[in-house]
Amino acid sequence: MANKNMSLEKTKMPEQAPDVRNKNFEEVALGYTAEMAVEEANRCLGCKNMPCVSGCPVNVQIPQFIALVAEGKFEEGYQKIAETSTLPAICGRVCPQENQCEGKCIRGIKGESVAIGRLERFCADWHMANSTEKPKKVPSNGHKVAVLGAGPASLTCASDLVQMGYDVTMLEAFHAAGGVLIYGIPEFRLPKAIVAKEVENLEAMGVNIQTNVVVGKSVSIEDLKEEGYEAIFIGTGAGLPSFMGIEGENLNGVFSANEYLTRINLMKAYDGKHDTPIFHAKKVAVVGGGNVAMDAARCAKRMGADVSIVYRRGLEELPARKEEVHHAMEEGIDFKVLNNPVKILGNEEGWVTGMEVVKMELGEPDASGRRRPIPVEGSNYVLDVDCVIMALGTSPNPILKKSTNGLETNKKGCITADENGKTSLEGVYAGGDAVTGAATVILAMGAGKTAAKSIDEYIKSKN
Amino acid sequence: MYKILRRETLSSNVVLMDVEAPMVAKKCLPGQFIILRVNEEGERIPLTIAHYDREKGVVTIIFQTVGATTMELAELKEGEYIHDFVGPLGNPSETEEFKGKKVAVIGGGLGCAIAWPQAKAIHEAGGTVHMIAGFRTKEIVMLEEQMRESCDELFMMTDDGTYGEKGFVTNKLESLIESGEKYDAVIAIGPLVMMKFVCVLTKKYNIPTIVSMNPIMIDGTGMCGGCRLTVDGETKFACVDGPDFDGHKVDFDETIRRSRMYAEQEAAAREKHACRMEGMNNGK
Repeated sequence: MANKNMSLEKTKMPEQAPDVRNKNFEEVALGYTAEMAVEEANRCLGCKNMPCVSGCPVNVQIPQFIALVAEGKFEEGYQKIAETSTLPAICGRVCPQENQCEGKCIRGIKGESVAIGRLERFCADWHMANSTEKPKKVPSNGHKVAVLGAGPASLTCASDLVQMGYDVTMLEAFHAAGGVLIYGIPEFRLPKAIVAKEVENLEAMGVNIQTNVVVGKSVSIEDLKEEGYEAIFIGTGAGLPSFMGIEGENLNGVFSANEYLTRINLMKAYDGKHDTPIFHAKKVAVVGGGNVAMDAARCAKRMGADVSIVYRRGLEELPARKEEVHHAMEEGIDFKVLNNPVKILGNEEGWVTGMEVVKMELGEPDASGRRRPIPVEGSNYVLDVDCVIMALGTSPNPILKKSTNGLETNKKGCITADENGKTSLEGVYAGGDAVTGAATVILAMGAGKTAAKSIDEYIKSKN
Repeated sequence: MYKILRRETLSSNVVLMDVEAPMVAKKCLPGQFIILRVNEEGERIPLTIAHYDREKGVVTIIFQTVGATTMELAELKEGEYIHDFVGPLGNPSETEEFKGKKVAVIGGGLGCAIAWPQAKAIHEAGGTVHMIAGFRTKEIVMLEEQMRESCDELFMMTDDGTYGEKGFVTNKLESLIESGEKYDAVIAIGPLVMMKFVCVLTKKYNIPTIVSMNPIMIDGTGMCGGCRLTVDGETKFACVDGPDFDGHKVDFDETIRRSRMYAEQEAAAREKHACRMEGMNNGK
């Protein structure tokens, strides 16, 4: 084996310079070259007990794929990842690695962990650029399964099922497949061409994708059963945006992050060639501290606005991926942490003219284990903004629940499913944000995989 | 892709299209809407379903060419395709509850295209329907025959008196009420300002009033929240909570302000589109 690279730091990833990229929508992180990938792969110690794998929701065989990269066997590295992961090009870009695989890496104890995410992305990109191999079509076993939604959970579930031989039909409400990967996560973080390629692969494997179908409206779960679908997977995500319920939230210039991001990402309102309008704000406040808040803030910046993140806890508590916070700061986003909106101010014509906020301090830890933010009395002041974007999280869409008798959900509207993805209805499985509420792409993928396995067992047990 | 089976011009700027959309036709009910996208670069716009034929798998839409998207849509010919067409969305209108009741259905301009099927459904369910149809001027009067067949009495109104009676729909409604007509409910569908003033009037007479809202939206499934409005002090999403609401509880002033959200961009897009069309015609 080659000499280990004992550098305490990750091999740097080339990026667009902050003051260049905050004016365009092209990808921020440019990816490793082959030399960089080998150099970084040599930082992996190949631990026998593989702590990193235990941190991966889909069990990617991390030390093994990295060893292949170190040997320059990039395609083989990709194949090793693909044994357990459906969407490596996507996960390599959007997984919160610091809380998962990289969080468990031994190299991270003294110095930085191995850049597992970057290596995963490298393998996937290498494969996309160099492999001429077409996705294989497995002969049909004649059993029909419907997959509802076309986001990460559904894409994974459909991919696994079609490879087991099932006739898979995917039903998507929007006019394009990809779910949050295309309407939510911006181009500069996840190029849409990558998502389109994954969707194309699924179709090549035989998945029948039908867009413009709202299950619960255009067709019901009962209809699908009557049409001969033996099992159904619900991967419809968490699309319902939350608002704060404060005064002025319905003024012109206040948007849910969902709306703002959908206009920009799915409808491509940023490029001037598409018809969907977007509000051109001068000063934007994005309320929230998660990945969606970072995405909305960075989009608004690219649309030419001065942008502040308004978050009620501290910098340490920001739930977003570290890299996103770091990138947002580099790009000139102002972080007003320990600030909470009180009301949004408007003029007579109904347009936003400012937002009153109150300063916060941190008290005792709350149920989430994070220190509870408490308002500092008398600290209110007005932020000068003409646009407010609410990125406060989302909950599952109630349409399906309302139209499906016997489909159990919890108080938050999340579908009740056991650890195998089984719901209260026979033959109906669910996974991803529709079950957990807003979470991550990789967790949704993991749930899609689990459900595919359960569906396979269920159909086999009946036949 | 969704094929246009029939295209008919109803008035100078109102077009009717029969669209092949079997999945929508199979499920839709009066009061529900669809969202369409004319082409790959298009925006998503909501349009109320005017009529449907389940057996033929056809959905009828009627629209006014008010912006770039509706102008593009109007340019499509029979046999051509609409890129995306999804639905039915929203909740169906209540019609059964008006059995044996007397209802005034009011349509304003294009709103007549939506008011007409509702009047028809209530009429067929066994309700007595008086329909008041208002237009700016004679030139834009449409659907008169269909409306006449769908109600017990039809009152045609024009703002300038060039057709039917001169005056607004509210003038007619008030004179009917004053002449002793007792309505159990009023259904008003049309421009926001018209619905607002119908509600002001019916509140005075204490007649329950339903309005149909059609605000700006993207997905139509509760995802964007662009269509939110205040009803009885609470925020509602027109797409999933409506589109029908108790008119006496809707904050119309806010809704009118929100409808102007993209007025500037829309005007620019309209101009750009008109110029493009003119350029094409000059080139011929």
